[in-house]
Amino acid sequence: MSDSPVRHVSLRSGVYADSVRLMQVSREIGDRPGVHTVVVAMATPLNLELAAGMGVAPDGEAKPDQLLIALTATDDAELAAAVAAVDAALTARADRGEAQTIPPRTIGAGLDGAPDPTLAIISVPGQYAVAEAADAIAAGRSVLIFSDGVPVEHEVALKRAAHDAGVLVMGPDCGTAIVSGVALGFANVVRRGPVGLVAASGTGAQQVSCLLDAAGVGVSHVLGVGGRDLSEAVGGLATLDALAALDADPATERVLLVSKPPAPSVAARVAEVARGLGVPVRSAALSPEQPDLTAAVEALLGDLGVAVPEWPSRPGTADAVPDGAVLKGFYSGGTLADETMLIAAPALGDIRSNTPLRPELDLGTDLAARGHVVIDFGDDALTVGRAHPMIDPTLRLEAIAGLAAGGEPAVLLLDVVLGHGADPDPAGALVPALRSAGLPTVVALVGTEGDPQGWSRQADALAEAGAAVFASNAAATRYALSLIGDGHE
Amino acid sequence: MSEPLGGLLSAPPSIVAAGVEVFSTALRQQGASVTDVDWRPPGFGSADDLTQLALDPRRAAANRVAVERVLAAGSLLVDVRPAREVLDLPDRMLLHSGPPLTWETASGPMRGALIGACVFEGWATDVADAERILAAGEIALDPCHHHRTVGPMAGVTSPSMWMWCLEDPANGGQAWCNLNEGLGKVLRMGAYNDEVLTRLAWMRDVLGPVLQRAVRSRPEPLDVKAILAQMLQMGDEGHNRNRAGSLMALRELSPSIVGVDAPAQDIADVLRFIGGNEHFYLNLGMPTAKLAMDAARDVPGSSMVTVLSRNGTEFGIQTAGTGDRWFTAPANTPVGLYLGDYGPEDANPDIGDSAIMEAYGVGGFSMAAAPAIVRFVGGTVPDALATTERMYQLTLAENPAMQIPIMGFRGSPTGIDVLQVARTGWLPQINTGMAGRIAGTGQVGAGLVQPPQACFEQALAALAQESRAA
Repeated sequence: MSDSPVRHVSLRSGVYADSVRLMQVSREIGDRPGVHTVVVAMATPLNLELAAGMGVAPDGEAKPDQLLIALTATDDAELAAAVAAVDAALTARADRGEAQTIPPRTIGAGLDGAPDPTLAIISVPGQYAVAEAADAIAAGRSVLIFSDGVPVEHEVALKRAAHDAGVLVMGPDCGTAIVSGVALGFANVVRRGPVGLVAASGTGAQQVSCLLDAAGVGVSHVLGVGGRDLSEAVGGLATLDALAALDADPATERVLLVSKPPAPSVAARVAEVARGLGVPVRSAALSPEQPDLTAAVEALLGDLGVAVPEWPSRPGTADAVPDGAVLKGFYSGGTLADETMLIAAPALGDIRSNTPLRPELDLGTDLAARGHVVIDFGDDALTVGRAHPMIDPTLRLEAIAGLAAGGEPAVLLLDVVLGHGADPDPAGALVPALRSAGLPTVVALVGTEGDPQGWSRQADALAEAGAAVFASNAAATRYALSLIGDGHE
Repeated sequence: MSEPLGGLLSAPPSIVAAGVEVFSTALRQQGASVTDVDWRPPGFGSADDLTQLALDPRRAAANRVAVERVLAAGSLLVDVRPAREVLDLPDRMLLHSGPPLTWETASGPMRGALIGACVFEGWATDVADAERILAAGEIALDPCHHHRTVGPMAGVTSPSMWMWCLEDPANGGQAWCNLNEGLGKVLRMGAYNDEVLTRLAWMRDVLGPVLQRAVRSRPEPLDVKAILAQMLQMGDEGHNRNRAGSLMALRELSPSIVGVDAPAQDIADVLRFIGGNEHFYLNLGMPTAKLAMDAARDVPGSSMVTVLSRNGTEFGIQTAGTGDRWFTAPANTPVGLYLGDYGPEDANPDIGDSAIMEAYGVGGFSMAAAPAIVRFVGGTVPDALATTERMYQLTLAENPAMQIPIMGFRGSPTGIDVLQVARTGWLPQINTGMAGRIAGTGQVGAGLVQPPQACFEQALAALAQESRAA
């Protein structure tokens, strides 16, 4: 710092800038390396006092409507440059700045800003899903919770609150819904029509809606209620609300209830409520006595007076199934896996699974176990840290290769689920794997011609690789059983 | 609801989506209307606590009750009286801003103001004597907030200081605040030189009595809330910018002041003093906000903030659902612009009860009404709008009385929800003055600051604990 700084002190009349602006200018000038002290301020008593304290008070009388410019700098050149910089700063046009939009960070804020929202969809990590869902319910809006990992007691609390608010909670872990023709999550492109589905099962709802579509019958809405809704703990809270809503919906003439095996007491209660509704309700809830979604669809078609069509299929090339071949069902859809086990168990006896019909048949983590096995690759335990097998086929492809390498004689039974949200070309990944494995293969291909992947395109590709393809999972299972039966003969 | 499920089934759904983006893309491809939430994990708080509060069946109704009391509160100026009478202050007690503190933990400007008040009251003969009796614990210290009182900056209120006395006609509440001293070297900024003490004496002997007689002579009490509402439409935000409000208060009070039977010189001095102080209104605005926030006290299950306050050392907050309990953490230091030669190293951490304005939804929350304020941190007009937009996502309601013209006359974002602070990860925005960190300095600047997140973390945990016990 120079020993003798030079100073500039002046007062200007007829100039006004507010104090914030002037403090900004002062700081800007003060940041110049050659400048020691700066006061650029209206000459109010306070500011004059500050200037005096810094040794740059103006001579003579100053008035509060005058602008005080007081500077000290290392030399004359710096001082002149600084004074010029003050002038430039005072006349500079402020940057107007870019307009910013602040997106909503919560469902509550999103609902607040959206035009007449009717539904919230939540796919955030499960531990945070409840707060978002509670926002929707508090705002009087229905909510679809795609997230899994929501504790059952929180599910119950949300569904009670929703019931009180007159709205519906779909989920948690609800993968499939169609509302007024709009597919939410994993759902197929199906025609609209008179049948309302209440589904505690995503792939079950997809199977049923696709078969109805193949029969020329459309759906009004598919209301997914989450896989646990018909458990003892949840007690069918959302199922009952969904039934009531469909009962009141003029577009819905018949209702089909789709579910994995429900808790018997809950099933009885739902059935009792359903009998009291105006709209006829048929149950396609799976059980050993009613193991077959396709049969339930056929019965519904009967109710509607619609002829049951021949369900689409493609013949396979598997003619030589070795003796003693076992059933290997590698599924992405949990309900379809359940249906397969329920249909196959009477013929095959015990089938081991990661989602077994009886606890003692639990595979644990041994996905390569020998014997009759049905694996649900979409089970939560197998989707930790990876996408659902309807999107990411890796794990199932590895299992197919492992099965081929293991040499155990087997019939491979697969589901392939098409529609919104699913792999855009599942056959693309499966065909090379099937060719390489060379196993007798049967595929339940759940989808419609209207799906982005196209049922026939996928079916033709899979059949080309030697697989027998069925639109009905029940038909696929029975065909696989017939191959095994042939092998036994 | 007339239609089942709020009309969900009667038309294609209009959707708000949070989470995986592919779903929104698929929905848009089907022609559905989708609003995307920019969701992210909560800024703080355990998932269990957040869920506990989200599912607390009392919460929605409790928050509605709390914020509706805030919105309904009015503010009438009914009297001006010495603190000794108003508060029934025991001798040798001083009130201060923020959460409780001791002389040992007090910051420079707080110590400066306490010293100045002891000398002003004649409890100490000089500064050294004041320091001695304060250090010896001979002077009781208590937060303003414990006495229905608020004070800007150090907030030090002593028995001889005159106070605005405000009443809420809606809820019957009362709130008090001392008179604003002006800018620069002032007690509330920690200055205590002769100039400060002389001014305080004049305020005690001339300003207070004149204002008392003026206020008492008015045919109707002054509607202080109505002034605040007008200020927001005139470029003020009611915390760091009170220019229009101060002029309006002067306009309202001048006829009564002039009518007071006092020496003409005193009347002139009073009018000049008020007219020369851009923050004169602040000490009327703060008790207005205090009335509203106090009306929302003690609503079990409510996660709404009732107090934001700082003592220069710690920031403290209270919520409607946790009563008088303070949640405190070390205060941040504001960022902004400095007077004269002062710089960041001269600024004390955040101080003052004036953040009650933000709790009430003005100040930093209504930054869009006063874009000049964002220039303290080099911001632009869009920054001011964005700040207010963010604050809407932290708050429970829009105050229809406090409209912000540039936001399309939207009401100010009012009633901070601790849960929404956690979920958005955004902290409340506060506009503030800056006191010098050395006792005796006075004001060094003004700027922007946020509360420490830890206050909200503690409040969230306490609310969740209370919810589990309920």
